Amino acid sequence: MSLEGKVALVTGASRGIGQAIALELAAQGAIVVGTATSDSGAEAITAYLKVAGAQGSGLKLNVTDEGACEAVVAQVEKDFGAIAVLVNNAGITRDNLLMRMKDEEWDAIMDTNLRPVYKLSKAVMRGMMKARWGRIINIASVVGATGNPGQTNYSAAKAALFGFTKSLAREIGSRGVTVNAVAPGFIDTDMTRSLPEEQKAALVQSIALGRLGDPKDIADAVGFLASGKANYITGQTIHVNGGMYMN
Amino acid sequence: MENIEQRVKKIVAEQLGVPETDVKNESSFVNDLGADSLDTVELVMALEEEFECEIPDEEAEKITTVQQAIDYVSGNLSK
Repeated sequence: MSLEGKVALVTGASRGIGQAIALELAAQGAIVVGTATSDSGAEAITAYLKVAGAQGSGLKLNVTDEGACEAVVAQVEKDFGAIAVLVNNAGITRDNLLMRMKDEEWDAIMDTNLRPVYKLSKAVMRGMMKARWGRIINIASVVGATGNPGQTNYSAAKAALFGFTKSLAREIGSRGVTVNAVAPGFIDTDMTRSLPEEQKAALVQSIALGRLGDPKDIADAVGFLASGKANYITGQTIHVNGGMYMN
Repeated sequence: MENIEQRVKKIVAEQLGVPETDVKNESSFVNDLGADSLDTVELVMALEEEFECEIPDEEAEKITTVQQAIDYVSGNLSK
């Protein structure tokens, strides 16, 4: 187990892809702290980690609260030690046609999906640089690469992660810290379950493997990037989408 | 007990991987000691830990020579 004793922080870990990632890192021996926006979400994380026999806990984090990202990193460092693996997973959608898009919808996406990536990455940097080892893994999306009508805000924020990932990878590569992204395609989660059936059927048509992905498919890619098997990979985006998009 | 000047020079030498004899008061981290911008950030981190203080970003950016580091630390520890 290559992450034995290392501390991992996964945002948005109460369900879906984040939960699968938290469990995968725990299976590799990491001490996992997962965040959720509510107390009940944080408790659910603590509970499933316990069931999995993993070390770690859930913590409440509302990424849009000023100072909250820094406070969570400080809390984790106090409780468990320096963070070795950061998975920026928390994300929301506020879909609308651009002509109908409200400023609040645009801002909500930037404030929740993009700004915390900057805040959290900055907050964990000292510990990773000192350790001369670290992993930052940003969960992007296939639509950041392909675009999608109704998601100008979401796809813009996700595409921004690709640039962020590459620049930070160049900035701190010399200190043994790798920065990568995983871009999920159409994964069976609460986020995609809210789509209308016809739209879902049409989307499946465009997937080479002919089915939706499972959160575990994303967690496996994240687990690989976090592990020692990905020591020489940085600044990359791994697309996990069943062949929905091929670059 | 080493004085501040000696402690600062020791940290600079360790962080930048240069012999302590090369670290003069007037040495510039970037121009004389071969530091890049990330090295200077790490150097400030190391100074913060050695002297148990927090150096704000706007102050840290002004510390570009060994003497400036010594002056900053001296000024802050005597408070």
